Amino acid sequence: MIWDLVIEPFANFGFMRRALLGCVAIAVGATPVGVFLMLRRMSLTGDAMAHAILPGAAVGFLISGLSLGAMTIGGLIAGMLVALASGFVSRMTALKEDASLAAFYLISLALGVLIVSTRGSNVDLMHVLFGTVLALDNAALILLCSIASLSILTLAILFRPLVLECADPQFLRSVSKLSAVTHLTFLCLVVMNLVAGFHALGTLMAVGIMILPAAAARFWSASIGGLLAIAMVVAIVSSIIGLLLSYHHSLPSGPAIILVAGIVYSLSLIFGPVGGLIAQNLPRRRLET
Amino acid sequence: MGVVSFQNVTLGYDRLPAVQRLETQINEGSLTAIVGPNGAGKSTLLKGVTGLLSPIEGQVELSGIAADDIAYLPQQSDIDRSFPITVMDLVAMGLWREIGSFGWLGHAQRAKVSDAIAAVGLTGLEHRAIGSLSGGQMQRALFARLLLQDAKLVLLDEPFTAIDARTMADLLQIVRRWHDEGRTVVAVLHDYDTVKSHFPQTLMLAREMVAHGATHQVMTNENQMRARQMCEACATIPHTCGKSAA
Repeated sequence: MIWDLVIEPFANFGFMRRALLGCVAIAVGATPVGVFLMLRRMSLTGDAMAHAILPGAAVGFLISGLSLGAMTIGGLIAGMLVALASGFVSRMTALKEDASLAAFYLISLALGVLIVSTRGSNVDLMHVLFGTVLALDNAALILLCSIASLSILTLAILFRPLVLECADPQFLRSVSKLSAVTHLTFLCLVVMNLVAGFHALGTLMAVGIMILPAAAARFWSASIGGLLAIAMVVAIVSSIIGLLLSYHHSLPSGPAIILVAGIVYSLSLIFGPVGGLIAQNLPRRRLET
Repeated sequence: MGVVSFQNVTLGYDRLPAVQRLETQINEGSLTAIVGPNGAGKSTLLKGVTGLLSPIEGQVELSGIAADDIAYLPQQSDIDRSFPITVMDLVAMGLWREIGSFGWLGHAQRAKVSDAIAAVGLTGLEHRAIGSLSGGQMQRALFARLLLQDAKLVLLDEPFTAIDARTMADLLQIVRRWHDEGRTVVAVLHDYDTVKSHFPQTLMLAREMVAHGATHQVMTNENQMRARQMCEACATIPHTCGKSAA
């Protein structure tokens, strides 16, 4: 029974094993970035950036069709451009960074969909928007694993300044000149991981595997180490269950993975011991009785 | 001898001045309070000394101390208390000069951190998340971080705001110890009684310097009234800012 439900799909089908490896790579690389995005209260920035990579990927598609390299480079360039441009606008004008980022990502999304529709079919558009986790080839897997490795390595190097930048940015600025470098490198990591996620889950879902596990982990741990570990586990478990649901019930795999992560988040929200609904309200009831 | 010299310094945000034409110096080993009404530019001045804010005009000159010889305590509101780190982690940040971004926190460093935590009376709370600390405990933890920074120049931005009397007495003792050790201490303060009883030197600001010198000479009723009027003029008729003292 368990063999049929859980093991057999991965044991018998290469595309399922590839999908699993791709998802694990994204989970390992992207969820720590998601944890820091959440701790810096930039979760919606991640969402905006995910949409922002679309026109770059679309231009890559326009030039080379569904080419991994062209779409990756296009996505990276577009993501970084939007991040820098929105930062520039918020510093040089009266508009705040969130509004400026929202404006840029809406323009980017519209532009991206327009470009893909002009050249490609609806299938191509669906590929770009929702990814093709069940069709990851060797080149895509190598890209995802490379980005995950680079991301983890960079986070390990930048860990201390990044923690300081989140908790007490003034202190970091007063003791070190690493503040700007840390911020910029972190933005690069966000864009890089979104581009990786985009190949498997599409631009609309890529940010889900980054933020939902991080948000779920917040209800289970009060330490950064705990948050990072739990978020990764949530992402990997969601990927496995999502892929299996997709296999057994013929569901689109990207949305299935993100929905499972969403269910884990909802359960954490209710039952999580660190600030979950029940934990928050239980002591008060005890006091009242 | 002046350890910090302000040479016709104007500091501000988005080209709007918050402190104007400041020309004075903080002497080495002095214990100086910076006072003035809300919006007088006190915190801005400290940011100018740390280098967090570059002067719009003029120059802030440090004499005999490097930039990493400055320990700065920002206002508590600048710190994200919900960030999941422990007291131990927060205090250990004070060893930045020693361990930097990549250095290992070995036994010797951990012992230093524990000693600093003990010195501010927080032993037993090392592994508590900073979000669960009271205002006074948080300020003690931040003072422990300052102790580890072991800096020649200590800048404190409203260090005694919203804390209990006992914590304030304990922290004032640490400030006095720094002064006795020959460190230069500059603190932004609101409570004039504390200034009069513990700080020999005072710099009164109202966007411009109102007075600077021995506390009993600076903290006069006339100076306080003048400071209030200057700040009110800046708030209601911004274009007159800076012209009242001229």
